[in-house]
Amino acid sequence: MSATQLLPGSPELRAEFPILQRSVHKRPLVYLDNAATSQKPRAVIAKLVECYEQWNSNVHRGVHRLSEEATEHYEGARQRIARHLGANTAEIVFTRGATESINLVAQSFGRAQVQAGDEVLVTALEHHSNIVPWQILCRERGAKLKVVPITDAGELVEGAFASMLTPRTRLAAFTWVSNALGTVNPVGDMCALARARGVTTLVDACQAVQHFPVNVQTLGADFLVFSGHKVYAPNGSGVLYGRRALLEAMPPWQGGGDMIASVTFEESTWNHVPHKFEAGTPDYPAAVGLACALEWLNAIGFDAIAAHEQTLLAATVEALRSMAGVKLVGQPAQRSGVVSFAVDGIHPHDLATVLDRMGVAVRAGHHCAQPVMDRLGVPATTRASFSVFNNMDDVNALAQAVREAKRLFGL
Amino acid sequence: MNELDDLYQEMILGHARSPRNFGTLKPCDRSANGHNPLCGDRIAVYLRMNGRAVSEIAFDGAGCAICTASASLMTDAVKGLEREAIDRVFESVHNLATGKSTDGGDLGKLAVFSGVSAFPMRVKCATLPWHTLQAALDSNATPVTTE
Repeated sequence: MSATQLLPGSPELRAEFPILQRSVHKRPLVYLDNAATSQKPRAVIAKLVECYEQWNSNVHRGVHRLSEEATEHYEGARQRIARHLGANTAEIVFTRGATESINLVAQSFGRAQVQAGDEVLVTALEHHSNIVPWQILCRERGAKLKVVPITDAGELVEGAFASMLTPRTRLAAFTWVSNALGTVNPVGDMCALARARGVTTLVDACQAVQHFPVNVQTLGADFLVFSGHKVYAPNGSGVLYGRRALLEAMPPWQGGGDMIASVTFEESTWNHVPHKFEAGTPDYPAAVGLACALEWLNAIGFDAIAAHEQTLLAATVEALRSMAGVKLVGQPAQRSGVVSFAVDGIHPHDLATVLDRMGVAVRAGHHCAQPVMDRLGVPATTRASFSVFNNMDDVNALAQAVREAKRLFGL
Repeated sequence: MNELDDLYQEMILGHARSPRNFGTLKPCDRSANGHNPLCGDRIAVYLRMNGRAVSEIAFDGAGCAICTASASLMTDAVKGLEREAIDRVFESVHNLATGKSTDGGDLGKLAVFSGVSAFPMRVKCATLPWHTLQAALDSNATPVTTE
């Protein structure tokens, strides 16, 4: 079936996800942990099988037919992803995921640009992967990591980002959508503010690319990162977008094969971008799977996806809000993908165990965002996160499971 | 839902709601902190010693029902015991919680943790207080984690 006929949440679309056929604890799987990792549609799985059955070979190396085909698939995927993001092909670096993308920028751009006394600006909504690489860099350089505060609703304090950009700020790194709370940040405005002050920006788009269209030109970001495994693509795929001039000026990060132009024991010279940043044999099947996943999403259409997911989010917020003793953690005006909540008298870890036994997979814990939890005064939350295949039955199953947990705990 | 009822028995829920020996001991002879990074459970165990035996024990922190009830029941169970006896009780609790043993014979209230055996992901919740107690007995300065 062509993806053009698929409606978000429809039985036909759900049938494209083989894993939804299985049961969990003898109940149908209700997968609401999409922000942790997405499930894979048949098209993406088939693409991986095609790779290993039809054209598997190392890329950029052999003169033989298979290597030529593998290279065409890999570089073709780069072109298709660049087109999706509004970038040039040379601006797309394949990585293992967003974490590796951020570490690459921190250690290549960061080490070259950040000196003692300089500042790196992040927000209180960041995932650990957009905190720790900057912490390591700042400690090494004697630079300062500054944090834009959030409100009790889980939104950035208005005006704080602008006021915290100083002449010493070398880079501002911030998430588009909070993985813990679902808050959508005004990243376009933030990029514009930073650019006006000459500050380089990095946007973490891990919880964005699967939910709405992302265009680096209209966004105005200098760097943008995301992980393939969260956007219906294979594990081990990821992207670093960087403005070409920035990438060209940056020193290489990891050394090895493919990233060099020539090597002698006296000196090596570097391949041009993006290959300068891709040392070693890449996970080309994963990269091809990522291009396939983005095209699969485009065929469904992001307008339909966003409208469907917003309907599910609103219904979930409404269902939870109407239950006694249930509190939403983070109440952003603009939300995407995620609802975080707490139930009085039930620890999130216990709640997630009860939900699991009813077939409902959610995340319980700090969501790799401990500073968010600390700021909102909770040790952990329960998080339901949505994707294109979820439907109202899933929302109802979640609500029913929460009611069952309350009954079990005598609440 | 039987396994859930076995896990969240009234004994566990009651101790989780109203834990015994909850708070700090000031002064104390030994203490240790424990942490489960997976779920964010944090616990501290405080001890006063009478020779080699635990004479008083308290704990505080924030954890799930399994962790809090385990700490509460543990503090009731180990008063007056020396290290070797405490280790033996923990081994029995651990064997029950992991399903290695189904006989909670002489464990008394601690036998309730047999319900954890159907939930392998939750064994660490039940054992964190015990590991923290052992660290306190060893006066281990570094925080314990379950990882």
